Amino acid sequence: MRLLLGTLFGLAVAAVVGLGLTYLSLTRNTAFGGLSIESWTAWPKSGTTDADPYARASIARSGRLPTAMGDGVSFTLRSDDEGKHLDGRCEVVISGITPVARFWTLTLYNPDGALVANSTNRYGFTSQEIVRRSDGSFDIVVAPRATAGNWLPTGGVDRYELILRLYDTAVGVATKAGREVPMPEVTTRACP
Amino acid sequence: MIRWLLLILGGALLGGIVHLATVILLPRTATQDAYARLTPVAPVNTVVALPAPTPEKAIMPFMDPAFASAICRYDLSQGPLKLSVPVSPAYTSVSFYTRNDVAYYAINDHAAGRRVIELDLMTTAQHDQLPEDEEITAADRLIVESPTTTGLIAIRALAPEPGLMRAAQAAINGSRCGTAQPEPAPTPQPPPRPRR
Repeated sequence: MRLLLGTLFGLAVAAVVGLGLTYLSLTRNTAFGGLSIESWTAWPKSGTTDADPYARASIARSGRLPTAMGDGVSFTLRSDDEGKHLDGRCEVVISGITPVARFWTLTLYNPDGALVANSTNRYGFTSQEIVRRSDGSFDIVVAPRATAGNWLPTGGVDRYELILRLYDTAVGVATKAGREVPMPEVTTRACP
Repeated sequence: MIRWLLLILGGALLGGIVHLATVILLPRTATQDAYARLTPVAPVNTVVALPAPTPEKAIMPFMDPAFASAICRYDLSQGPLKLSVPVSPAYTSVSFYTRNDVAYYAINDHAAGRRVIELDLMTTAQHDQLPEDEEITAADRLIVESPTTTGLIAIRALAPEPGLMRAAQAAINGSRCGTAQPEPAPTPQPPPRPRR
């Protein structure tokens, strides 16, 4: 009886630990080989056949198609430069320049990967649409209410993520964080 | 007391094995991966334009709304596939995914260097069966080897401004994929496999 009870207990621990770890690792995006520049993170290897088992599992689970190497690189942003998670009720400013690419797009998603509804039907910007300063740098204001300049509406959701996709770029598996890959700064300005 | 500690330790070790096994097996058992989501809307070996993602409805998560996109869900068991994609004014890319949604190849309009991206997709076995002289005459055609017999080709054209979405969609709609037709002047050679 004690043996049976002990075995069942051990198996229960195994199930909780095993499935719990799997769930955590797949929902928190813990693929290896992430390229983190400031607050932005990309997994260039996830777009190749070298994708590790965690990346493969997380891609299969989410149902997305990863950005293939040779097409471009996707950088995900979940928090600002101070580590505070992106809040759709605040005003977040993305400012600076991006690494060299033929085109880029910046898109706002909810954590499940769906676009966020808003009154202007604007879900993101492309590199051709934004207003820049004379030196090529730009400010994008991600906020619930309309602002002058490049305004990306949040729809007032409490959590969202931004994906910056660089298309036809040299940034890839071999890239290291540094001066060649300047990513825009992210600051939370006004929070209610 | 020690007995329970040992049980917890053993359970945790076994849990590690469970974790690794589930992570490795998950892609093969996922029922909501991109391939499964696209199967109902995409007939085999045909280009199907995908509706633009909206907040209410998107066929896949994390689609880029600035792109017009189409999918060719391929099956190479009947023979190699021919793909042609006219290039849009801004940026066009073609990405190849295996049955388990792993990207194994991608090409964009600049890399292709012409007005139409044209290539042949085949399995490694089919590539090996290609007679060598044919490979030479077809040297200007790009040959891509697929690691799996089935998979997905994502064809995407960028609309840098919303007004250019029409042009991007038009380029996508002109793309074709299908099993290779028999050559007009067949070279004498033992037929490796029946073609449709």
